[in-house]
Amino acid sequence: MTAPTLTETLPARETARSWWGDAWLVMTRELTPTLRDPFSVVFGLVQPLVFLGLFGPLLAGSVGATVPGGDVWAWFVPGILVMTTLFGTSTTGANLLFEMQTGAHERLLVTPLARSAQLVGRAGKEMAPVVAQSLLVVLVMLPFGFAPHPLGVLAGLVLLAVFGVGVGSLSYALAIAVRQQDWMFWAVQQTLLFPLLILSGMLLPLETGPRWMQVAADANPLRYVVDAERALFAGDLASATVAWGAVAAALTAALGLVVGVRTLSRSTR
Amino acid sequence: MIRTTGLTKDFTAKSGTVHAVRGIDLEVAPGELVAVLGPNGAGKTTTIRMLTTLTAPTSGTAQVAGADIAREPGTVRRRIGYVGQGNGAGHAQRAVDELVVQGVVYGLDRRDARRRAAELMTQLDLDGLATRKVSDLSGGQRRRLDVALGLVHAPRLLFLDEPSTGLDPHNRANLWEHVLRLRQEHDMTVLLTTHYLDEADAMAERVVVVDDGRVIADDTATALKHTLAGDRVRLAAADPADLPVLAAVVGGVPGARDVAVAGDEVEARVADAPTALPVALAEAAARGVRVVRAEGRQPTLDDVFLSLTGRSLREEGAARAEAPETAEVAA
Repeated sequence: MTAPTLTETLPARETARSWWGDAWLVMTRELTPTLRDPFSVVFGLVQPLVFLGLFGPLLAGSVGATVPGGDVWAWFVPGILVMTTLFGTSTTGANLLFEMQTGAHERLLVTPLARSAQLVGRAGKEMAPVVAQSLLVVLVMLPFGFAPHPLGVLAGLVLLAVFGVGVGSLSYALAIAVRQQDWMFWAVQQTLLFPLLILSGMLLPLETGPRWMQVAADANPLRYVVDAERALFAGDLASATVAWGAVAAALTAALGLVVGVRTLSRSTR
Repeated sequence: MIRTTGLTKDFTAKSGTVHAVRGIDLEVAPGELVAVLGPNGAGKTTTIRMLTTLTAPTSGTAQVAGADIAREPGTVRRRIGYVGQGNGAGHAQRAVDELVVQGVVYGLDRRDARRRAAELMTQLDLDGLATRKVSDLSGGQRRRLDVALGLVHAPRLLFLDEPSTGLDPHNRANLWEHVLRLRQEHDMTVLLTTHYLDEADAMAERVVVVDDGRVIADDTATALKHTLAGDRVRLAAADPADLPVLAAVVGGVPGARDVAVAGDEVEARVADAPTALPVALAEAAARGVRVVRAEGRQPTLDDVFLSLTGRSLREEGAARAEAPETAEVAA
């Protein structure tokens, strides 16, 4: 059988693709296996619901009266969404580590794909499941009296996306930096994750904690994102809390992208 | 197609500076198939990584496919194909998806990329595996898929970094059959690294021997073997007392040199073993020396390396097979 010849239809390869096109292509490449595997999609969507179902009632019974505003779900659900984003995006470097070990990452580095677009595309991929998980959580909680502001939910998801791109990029930078000792990735990720999580007031109100903890929390950008999410879901769209949260998310994204691109460039010097 | 001048790469390690590549000058003409041969750590992979823009040289220059690797790395990447030591296809991906994405990366629209993917899967004997997850493919199938990924855009220059390492002999032969056929069809220049001596010997039009970061020989395999190793004859005497006479007999064969006696044998380098051996046997019989064993041997590239460095590539290759590495020096 004679194979069809396509050589004559191959394009002139001197023209570079657009940067956004590259980032989109990388993002869809990364997303495809996730979408093709229903089990991982369903499991990923259910995880935050399980956490919400088990931790929420405990929270209501123990510190329900002390949460600001007194509505446990209005306080807790936005926190869970930020936690889902943090967990999802901070572990994404592990995927890159695997592709570095197998050779797929190296293959992509020798293609004309812009290297910064490869990083952003990978980080962007993490946002699709996070947004889907967040929407599901919001929908499931509606019958339980959770009534977020619709515009606030939309703005909250955008804020999470910006923040998630930053954390995802930092996770990739960490993976590249420790590629010779992959165990270090998990050591660093786990060491940073829990202090950041607890000092953000995501799960329990910081107002009841000691003074030193509140001071430490003030230096945690995640705290401002959590507070902003709660304000947005409550419909307080134009508040200073939201502004600070937006600044924290934007700074995280900028830092993540700069560090990520630099680390990627250094790895090929 | 490739021209390097003083290409050098140093790495900083805890123990100090590692001189991975020490001023390599290399020229590869369009259409050539050149094998870079050398032991583990010789600088082969680091050289390829520099030429494919995966790592920047410490000093020196290189033009690859008409573009400078330092000033125009994007142009180099658009013009070359690369098959690295690892599996280029993502293990979680489907085979066809990786090929289509690779096609789009190089400017094909989705429809043409799908056609090109189908064409390559047929040409590389991967029909029926399009929707198979890469992690579910066999080692040989994954390697052929890697080659397909390197060929999606029909590059004029293809880099193959130890493409057959880890494959069994059947899959190695199968892979090379495909690569050589596609190379002819596309009139491609190929630069490959390998530690399989037989591969370099059989396929490469030129062999560049690298050791300790330097090019120590560069010629056709035949010329290297002829000038640096030469044919050898080995004859064993029934009576050890006859060894001096046998050595004289062998030394008297036209073109014989480096005559040595070891155990009950006399060994010498000759111009052409098939011609020299009958001459030596006839002369030994004429002098009353009973020869119980005789062997004529044509040289291998391992003999060339042994002659150049005093070390055997085959032994180093065996050691490497026991403790494989994915890269010589981590970038």
